[in-house]
Amino acid sequence: MIEYGEKIREIAKKILEEKKVGLIIGFKKGTIPMMTEPVLIKDGQNLDQLYWDSFCNMNLANYLPKREEKIGIIAKGCDSRNIAVHIVENQIKREQLYIIGVPCKGMVDRRKINYFLADKEAREVTESDEDIIVKGEGFEHTLKKGDYLQDNCTKCMHRNPVIYDDIVGDLVEEREEPDPYDDVKDIEEMGSEEKWGFFSNLIKDCTRCYACRNACPLCYCPTCFVDESDPQWVGKSIDSTDTVTFHILRAYHCAGRCTDCGACQQACPMDINVRLLTRKLNKDALDLYNHEAGLSIEERPPLDTYKPDDYDEFIR
Amino acid sequence: MSDKIIKKEELQDFLKALKKAHEVFVPAKEKDFYRFNPLTDENKGDLNFTNTRLSPKSLLFPQSERIFEYTLDEESSDAHIVKESSKDYPSTVIIGIRPCDAKAMRLVDVNFNNPEFKDPWWVKHLESMTFIGLGCNEPCSTCFCTSVGCGPFNEEGLDVLLFDLGENFLARALTPKGEELLKQGGVDKDANSGLKKKADELKIEAENKISSHVPTDKLKEKKVDDLFNAPFWDDIAFACINCGTCTFLCPTCWCFDVQDEITKKQGDRIRNWDSCMFPLFTLHASGHNPRPEKVQRVRQRFMHKLKYYVDKYNNGVACVGCGRCVKSCPVNIDIREVFSLMNDL
Ligand code: SF4
Ligand code: SF4
Ligand code: SF4
Ligand code: SF4
Ligand code: SF4
Repeated sequence: MIEYGEKIREIAKKILEEKKVGLIIGFKKGTIPMMTEPVLIKDGQNLDQLYWDSFCNMNLANYLPKREEKIGIIAKGCDSRNIAVHIVENQIKREQLYIIGVPCKGMVDRRKINYFLADKEAREVTESDEDIIVKGEGFEHTLKKGDYLQDNCTKCMHRNPVIYDDIVGDLVEEREEPDPYDDVKDIEEMGSEEKWGFFSNLIKDCTRCYACRNACPLCYCPTCFVDESDPQWVGKSIDSTDTVTFHILRAYHCAGRCTDCGACQQACPMDINVRLLTRKLNKDALDLYNHEAGLSIEERPPLDTYKPDDYDEFIR
Repeated sequence: MSDKIIKKEELQDFLKALKKAHEVFVPAKEKDFYRFNPLTDENKGDLNFTNTRLSPKSLLFPQSERIFEYTLDEESSDAHIVKESSKDYPSTVIIGIRPCDAKAMRLVDVNFNNPEFKDPWWVKHLESMTFIGLGCNEPCSTCFCTSVGCGPFNEEGLDVLLFDLGENFLARALTPKGEELLKQGGVDKDANSGLKKKADELKIEAENKISSHVPTDKLKEKKVDDLFNAPFWDDIAFACINCGTCTFLCPTCWCFDVQDEITKKQGDRIRNWDSCMFPLFTLHASGHNPRPEKVQRVRQRFMHKLKYYVDKYNNGVACVGCGRCVKSCPVNIDIREVFSLMNDL
């Protein structure tokens, strides 16, 4: 994927010069291995900061809402779907955007690599097409990217951007996963006690920093329910009732809108996989409404749609 | 100051002996990262760690701590009377705290325990603690402690400093409390001059291994207004998602919020960590927010640590260089770069 960088810079330069856009939102190389930083480029001078590798894992659609300018934005499959969700939800206009699509081969999970290194520090990380080469004090490992992908990427069915104005490489093959929701099914099969235990354990370390919420493009409410203070809706201490309330409500607010981009999981400082909550709702949206978020810029999310001829009587 | 020797295979005996008289916390790996957990039969601790994900500040300054309580029961004679919650402050020993974190506790103490204000809970927690630090033989590439008045074998804030010499720990008692504790734990074997020398060399070697350096020399002389109005804040803040991770993980961030929580008729007044990264942090009752945009919040975090604190306490910067924020910021906002931008403005 590293070779995409050059193409990204080329396209960005062109659309800035042609004044198609006034700024570019992309990634720059991180200051430490396996990290990148979202960056806003306003003019040609800083164009060479634009960068691409297998650790561009944040979702750039998060930086779009309420912007007025014409924007060039780099988008993996999932980012492009979140851009589509933004367009449908009137957070940004299609005409404002020049989407530079990135056919995605999956993002590598730095936590999985750190876990493999067992508290040894990666000092230098480079990559080739298939491999990640990790160097540190007295060791060097060549790891298969495929074994260290983010969980969501191993299940991703839309790696190619769904909308784009230009593309940085050949489209990749979409995977034919027999069942992307096997993990959710395992949880569905648990009894209610067991489920409660499972989720309580999942979030027991939560510090309520809200990184998961803030990393998510879907969470653009001017005031989040957890921040309502007059009156206050949710307590501020780490009482488990409030923590559970936050997680359940956050997940429900994403129902039918979540693209499983994994930004929430990647942002969590306590390694909590909050996607286990949203994925159940994604599965329900698929089972009940045949809906996957962000595949079109016309279709509204199922939970904010009303049809006079709805098949359910109670809602008519 | 005395130097004793603890054989590695005798470490557990030492810890067990301490446990008879104190609560003992040790670094332990749970899930994929380390944290300070109580020493138990199952949890023997693991000193082969770089550092804990969360700083040990929560042991002295818990994320949520009940400080007062009251009852709303009109039948009760003390209805509506706010009383301090009773609490135990058992004597506690923290094993393996890193020198940066120990210094950080001193730094927070400047705020919570000074001639003007004394935070009674902080003071009592701190007084009940003894810190047995572990020097860092292998500092991380994100550690910049030596630039900010600390170092991999810095002694400030510690009662005992352990040097990992391979087969043995050299235990350097730094305070009378530390001396006493070693005695209590049955550590009485003096280190010979060879091992002392080895420990001192280890310290210098580790300091030289620190590969990350930040400039701080010009921060004090800079004008607050110039830094406040500097052109770089928009760029620094762009990627920030205002998640508060940097402040919650930081050993020197001390901000809190006080909230009343009522369950039936029982009222609790709870002090909770807060963060300058959150919009709610500065929201006034009138609805006005003096820091409405993230760029102002990001600026506050860095201005507080690298300028306001510097000017107010004349005690260096409010950062000990532990690198937690550098490692865990999901969008790689790196305080080391901000040091340079501010210092070299
Ligand atoms: S979820 Fe799909 S499109 Fe998004 S990063 Fe992973 S593989 Fe790429
Ligand atoms: S909930 Fe998580 S996975 Fe879903 S869109 Fe938001 S950040 Fe992405
Ligand atoms: S990011 Fe993690 S710790 Fe923070 S609120 Fe979300 S789940 Fe909790
Ligand atoms: S951890 Fe990073 S993204 Fe989160 S508030 Fe701090 S600087 Fe911003
Ligand atoms: S600001 Fe960052 S490096 Fe400095 S003490 Fe806090 S967490 Fe550590």
